[in-house]
Amino acid sequence: MKYVLRRILLGIPTVLIVLTVVFVVARVLSGDPALAVLGESASAEALAALRRQLGLDRPLLVQYVDFIWGTLRGNFGTSLVSGAPVVSTILNAFPYTLQLTFAGVAVGSLLGIPLGVMAAVRRNGALDYFLRTVSLTGLSVPAFYSALLLLLLFAVQFPLFRVIGDPSGLSFWGQARALVLPALNLGIIMTGFIARATRAAVLDVLGEDYVRTATAKGLRPAVVLFRHALRNALIPVVTVIGLYTGELMGSSVLTEVVFNRPGLGKLIVGAMNQRDYNLLQTLIALFAMLIVLANLLTDLAYGLIDPRVRYE
Amino acid sequence: MLCLILGGSAVLGWMRGVNPIRQVIVESFQGPSTLHPFGTDQYGRDVLARTTYGLRVSLLVGVSGVLLGTVAGGILGVIAGFRLGKTDQVIMRVTDALMSFPLLILGLMVMAALGSGVLKLMVAIAVSVTPRFVRIARAQTLVVREREYIQACRALGQSDLRIMSEHVLPNVAGPVVVMGSLWTATAIRIEASLSFIGLSVRPPTPSLGGMVREGFDHLADAPWLAVFPGLALLLMVFAFNLIGDGLRDWTDPRVRRG
Repeated sequence: MKYVLRRILLGIPTVLIVLTVVFVVARVLSGDPALAVLGESASAEALAALRRQLGLDRPLLVQYVDFIWGTLRGNFGTSLVSGAPVVSTILNAFPYTLQLTFAGVAVGSLLGIPLGVMAAVRRNGALDYFLRTVSLTGLSVPAFYSALLLLLLFAVQFPLFRVIGDPSGLSFWGQARALVLPALNLGIIMTGFIARATRAAVLDVLGEDYVRTATAKGLRPAVVLFRHALRNALIPVVTVIGLYTGELMGSSVLTEVVFNRPGLGKLIVGAMNQRDYNLLQTLIALFAMLIVLANLLTDLAYGLIDPRVRYE
Repeated sequence: MLCLILGGSAVLGWMRGVNPIRQVIVESFQGPSTLHPFGTDQYGRDVLARTTYGLRVSLLVGVSGVLLGTVAGGILGVIAGFRLGKTDQVIMRVTDALMSFPLLILGLMVMAALGSGVLKLMVAIAVSVTPRFVRIARAQTLVVREREYIQACRALGQSDLRIMSEHVLPNVAGPVVVMGSLWTATAIRIEASLSFIGLSVRPPTPSLGGMVREGFDHLADAPWLAVFPGLALLLMVFAFNLIGDGLRDWTDPRVRRG
């Protein structure tokens, strides 16, 4: 328990710094949101009026305190462009990104873990090299390019999957169909990471003494693999997924942009192009928080599984 | 693994060899042909020429960005690990905070704040990458500082600065360099992603990510516009990953030889 508390406490100054960085960056953004909203031809008075209305003419320190205070109370302001409260805008987009992320990790694990295991078992065989090349490709490809290739591929067989479109308002099956290609895209990238990690973990475990004991006892290789090796090998794999959460986020942003899904990724790109400070800083802060959370969970998982860690 | 390194270097070398070609504006909107092996784009520019120029840009930005980050991160990490105490705490808190941002988002923020341009792109990448190097350098420093020759230097009265630069740094350099090559691959990928979103160099300067983005609109009738630059990107990232992997396996004492 103390371990958990300590970890959380350590996180607080980090969170504060994150928020500050986000605020500074959002403010330093080259471009004036009033200009972005009203356009180039707006008069100076109109611009000034809008700035005053959005609270942008107050001294920076006041804006900063407002931001931190608002964040603590859960009030993130309203979008500078659409006027809608930031929280609801984000909440609307969140489910789509969540769907995509889960589906992507699921695909990645379903493909990656077995591949990694196979590669480790037949170490240095032809299969191993082939799989290593495939997984390296998976994580080398920029998410938007693989998305593009997928689109190209399935554009030929167009009716199979909904190519680009807004899945909101569709039936369950409609949404599922819209999810296939983007999830596949994310899945391919995650497979690269997961397969490599699984392979390394299984290789490590296979070299352990207890595995040798098991084989020496006369157990068949398959039994040795499943009953003893895999369980322990999967632990670092789970933590790897936590580690690559950042990568996952970046790739899902790109995927959403290409496939035009109304998720957080599209939201953040849009907010940036429109200089929508409020939305942007909240989104970035959200991303950062999610990673902090993921790291925390990973640390906790470590602590749970490996009791030695708790007493450091 | 060694042959993989060689393979990677070969691919890179080939690409670098073809590099110094500028794009020339001709006309028409053609598919791949003998005159234009990669086809031409909507303004009649040769895609092959633009791709190689874009490759050069990506390579430049990626490598120098990471180099910058390595140096900055290395120095900061060594200082943090050596001095410990308050300096260490401050540096590590900021590093942890920066590491909370996904690489792409971090680069996005920096580019949004600074505006476009090659130099700013390099800074963006350097900033994104530095925290990770700080971590590595610091970890290594913590190990090295307990060694006897460091104690000896201190007994001799050498200033901290001298100890750090003459003794600690060279020993820390090993793993840092290996990570550097690995991160270059990621850096190139991030630069491409950033230019895909539209945050990188301005047109008409070709950048691979930007070319993919422009080509995206014509995917149905002129797929070569996007496919080739993307492929070049993929190959380059792949090559760097290979090199980085090979380097890492080579220096890792745990790898069972043979």
